[in-house]
This record gives sequence, structure tokens and C-alpha cells, in this order.
Amino acid sequence: MLDWLPHIAIHIPPTQALFGQLLIGLINGAFYAMLSLGLAVIFGMLNIINFAHGAQYMMGAFCAWLALNYLGIGYWPALIVAPLVVAAVSVVLERLFLRHVYRLDHLYGLLLTFGLALIIEGVLRNYYGSSGMPYTIPDQLTGARNLGFMFLPNYRAWVIVASLAVCFGTWFLIERTRLGSYLRAATENPTLVQAFGINVPRMVMLTYAFGAALAALAGVMAAPIYQVSPLMGSDIIVVVFAVVVIGGMGSILGAIVSGFVLGVVEGLTKVFYPEASNTVIFVVMAIVLLVKPAGLFGRTA
Amino acid sequence: MTSAENAAPAALRAREAGLSARWRLALVAFFLVLAVAAPYVAYPVVVMQALCFALFACAFNLLVGYVGLLSFGHAAYFGSASYITAYALKAWGFEPVTAILAGTAVAALLGLVFGWLSIRRQGIYFAMVTLALAQMIFFVAEEARFTGGEDGIQGVPRGYLFGALDLSHSLLLYYFVLAVFLIGYAIIYRTIHSPFGQVLKAIRENEPRAISLGYKTERYKLLAFILSATLAGLAGSTKVLVFQLASLTDVTWQMSGDVVLMTLLGGLGTEFGPVVGAFILVTMENRLATYGSWVTVIEGAIFVFCVLVFRRGVVGEILALARRFAAPKRAPTPVPARPAPGP
Repeated sequence: MLDWLPHIAIHIPPTQALFGQLLIGLINGAFYAMLSLGLAVIFGMLNIINFAHGAQYMMGAFCAWLALNYLGIGYWPALIVAPLVVAAVSVVLERLFLRHVYRLDHLYGLLLTFGLALIIEGVLRNYYGSSGMPYTIPDQLTGARNLGFMFLPNYRAWVIVASLAVCFGTWFLIERTRLGSYLRAATENPTLVQAFGINVPRMVMLTYAFGAALAALAGVMAAPIYQVSPLMGSDIIVVVFAVVVIGGMGSILGAIVSGFVLGVVEGLTKVFYPEASNTVIFVVMAIVLLVKPAGLFGRTA
Repeated sequence: MTSAENAAPAALRAREAGLSARWRLALVAFFLVLAVAAPYVAYPVVVMQALCFALFACAFNLLVGYVGLLSFGHAAYFGSASYITAYALKAWGFEPVTAILAGTAVAALLGLVFGWLSIRRQGIYFAMVTLALAQMIFFVAEEARFTGGEDGIQGVPRGYLFGALDLSHSLLLYYFVLAVFLIGYAIIYRTIHSPFGQVLKAIRENEPRAISLGYKTERYKLLAFILSATLAGLAGSTKVLVFQLASLTDVTWQMSGDVVLMTLLGGLGTEFGPVVGAFILVTMENRLATYGSWVTVIEGAIFVFCVLVFRRGVVGEILALARRFAAPKRAPTPVPARPAPGP
């Protein structure tokens, strides 16, 4: 009659598992935050939802992997090199393709970048297959430390700290510097800003490159945690879209906060109701759409 | 921001054939003969596959082409209907038409819920919301027990139509699939040319104005969404009879992308464009099947090409040519600002 009791006992997880999943959630959240941040920055400036964002994240991880295996370039240089390479590729993409659709409806930007993502992913899948390839953690960050209530792997601690720093740096750059004020002004009224003698098309191009570099940096940081595979980008981009819908793209801080929070929510779901862990972010999105259609931090519907 | 989000893509306004009634009749007759004769000149399975995708693309086009809402998650309705139909045929031994109706009904229900959620946002947000909701269905299909996970539901029996006609006979199956396609197409055609369809176009052109004219645009959008999802489900259900299979492929975002590509290539917002696009892509995929992921690369390239220089699509370009041919004196009018008054 009371046979439901043991079930409840099972569902109260040991603290180890709880904190372990919380940590994984924070890690995922770090990547969601960096990616949705890049999406928001690009959208603000280019009025384009960059579907290729996942592909750029994947290219970052791939660059690191290729550099390690073919050129012997390790993790630390890759943190700089891979974003630069991806940014360079993205500049070419912007000049060749993207700039032709700025004046069209937003949807064409989405479709164009979707096509670009398919091309990038398809080419890499042809040469490297779709199975994941391991990328070793750099020597300095192997091992873990005992926090008393859990073991914290050093690399994961580094990812959380580094991504927080990157997110904060981006926020500072956009909200608190002169360059950022140009950016924000050009978002509001590009014609007027151009009349002040600021090269807006170049700024647009560099913004796209910056957003792509951010995605690539996230990719390099993700490489030792997830396996490097051509599919890793499309796996994460849809979730990041949901994060963006939840947070609203109006605010930089909103993108960062909702990224981390949703990562943690996902991690906690894995502890208490693992079957729903893949879908929980989408359910949260549906609820947010019902309660606050503009998104939690959104300014316009 | 809001005004930009409301604006429908320019090419979407390239609309309504300037073709005369006689031409239309001739074209319809031509395609009907072609459709009836097709199984004798091509592989019936390929044609049936193309017909299912053509119906799927037409359903998708109803939303993007006539309401201006780009759904990036139509695989959810296509795929869930195909799972339900497959399960009904295999596990419950349903008669084919009943099984198809069951799948279609589930797609309609899903369309009601998802449409109700997603029409709260417009433009790219709408696209992202529909994509995310569809991804949820993907994960549900991956986890749920009745869908068979990675394997899908295989070896689905085709059954006996109305309990009497054996659908494993490939010609019979072909004409059944053709009939389903024609019914679906007729429903879409009637919708587009009804007063309801006119209101949809008004919403696409200028939603605030439609609201100020007293139309409850939310209701119109939701109805169009449900209709589109339902017909996408009809296509997915019918596909099960052709391939005897329902699998995760049907609910992936790649499937949603494929239907967008078919419609874009054929011509967004043209009546017949999605059919043309579906036939081109299905033929291409069958021809290039041995090239693996290069198909993805080619699809991506077609996307880029269409967006940059071919926004009207095949049918849209043909119509534009026909218009210019019909009125050689006038300076070439690139894209009419609003649809021509009714036929």
C-alpha cells in the first residue's frame, strides 16, 4: 500500500549528484550565454538572426582540433587563433553574402545563414564524418579539487570563470565604452551615425566577425568537454534560439542571465526528472510566451 | 522594429498569376494528364514521395506565402502525424484512411497548441519559436516508447483501403496518394481564393491595417496555422503508406529546413511553386543519394542562391516572365506592391 515511498526516496538525490548536475548545468549555461550573447549582438547590428552561429561555434572547436592534430598548436594558442580564423571566415561570408540581404525582410537573413550553416556542416561532415573526436584537456587544467561537498574538475571551473569574464567583458565593451556607444547608436539610426563620419558598413562587418569569434571561442572552450563533431553546432543552436526567445534580444545582460539560468534549470531537471531534461528549456519557453510574450528582458513584442 | 517585423518579404508580394483562364485550364489539364501517366514513365515510389512532399510544401506555403509567417518547425506536424498513422496501422490494425485521419487529427491538435503559442511573436521570433517547439517534439519522439526511438516504426503494413482494396499494389497506392494530394491541394486552393484567404493576404501586407478594419487577425492567423499543420500532417500520414516507415528523420529540423527550401526554390507565395520545388528536390535527392553529405552542401548552396538572386523561385520567375511577355509595351514592373484584384 505504501509502495510509493521508496520511489520518493530514490528521487531525493544525493548531494554529490545534485551538485554534479548543477555544475554541468552551469557549464552548459556558460555556452548558452556566450552563444546567445553573440546572437544578440549580431541581431542588434545586422538585423539578422544568425543561423550559422552554431556552425561558427563548431568551426571554433574544429579549428582547435585541427590545429592540435596537424600543426601541434595547443589549447592556449587555439583560444586566440581559432576565434581569429573563424572571424576572418565570417568577414568573407559577410562581404560576399550577408550584406546583400540587410535591406530585405529579416527572414531572408535567417534563410541565408541557414544555407551557409548547411554548407559548412556538410563539407566538414564529408571529410571528418559525424562521430565525435576527443580533444584532451590542457595539462595545466587537468585534475580536480575537493570542495568538501563535491569534486570540482579544474577545467570546468576554468570554463565557468572564463565565460563569465568574456560575457562581462562584452557587456562592458558595448554598454560602457565609446566604441560600444557608436555601436548602440548605429543600431538605433545607422544613417545619422554615418553622417557623423563613422564607417557604419565596416562596423557592421566587424560586429559580425566579433559575434562569430565569440561563438568560436565558446567552441574552443567546449572542445575538451563535449566531443568535437561537425554536428555539435546544430545540436546546440536550436536550444540557444529558445534561450534567446526566453530572454528577449533587447538586452545584453538579459542574454547572459537567461543563458546561465536555463543551463542550471536543465541541469536540475536532469537530477529530478531526467526524461524531461532535453525538453525543459522548450517548456520554459512556452510558459514565458504565455506569461510574457516579449521575453523576460525583451523591450518589444 | 515592429513595422519591420510586420513587413512581409518583398518577393512574397510577387503574386497571383496574370495568366488567362484559358491558359490556366490548359495547364491544369496538362498536369493532370502528367500525374495520371507518371507511374508508367517514372518510378512510382519516387513520384509518390514527391507528391507527399509537394503537399507538405503547399501546406507550409499557405502559412509563409499567404500569411507571411515563416514556420521553421513544420516537421513537427509532418512527423507526429506519420508516427501516429504508422502506429495505428501497425499496432492497432487500423484501416488506411482511418489511420491517416488519426494522424492528421493529431497534427491538427498539435497545430492548435503550437500555433496558439507561436502567433504571440512575429517575424524571426516566430521562426525561432516554431523551430524550438518542433525540436521539443523531436526529443519527445526520441524518448517516447511507442515511436521506437532510433529505429522508428518499421515495416508498417499498408493495409486494405476501405477494408477491400489491397494497397500493396503499387499502381493502386499511387492513385490513392495522388487523390490525397489533389484533395489537399484543392483545400489549399479554395482557402487562398476564399474571403478568408483575402483576409490572410491583407494580414500579410499590413497587419495593423487589417486590425483597424476590424479583423481579429490573431484568430485568422491561428486558423491558417491549424490548417497548415493539418495538411502537413496529412502529407506525413500519407508518406507512411508509401515508405511503410515512420522515423526520427521525419521530425528533425533538417526536415523543416527541407520544406522551407522546396517552397523557396519553387516560389514563395505562388500556388504551384511548392509542388515544383518538391519535385526538383526529391529528384535531386534521389539522383545524388550516393554522394552522402554533399547533398546537404548542395541544399545549402541552393538556399544561398535562392535568397541572393532567385527570391521569386522557379514559378515566380516564370510568372514574372509571362507578365512581361503579356505586356511588352510597359516598362518592366519588378514586383507589384499589392496583389492584383481577383481573377
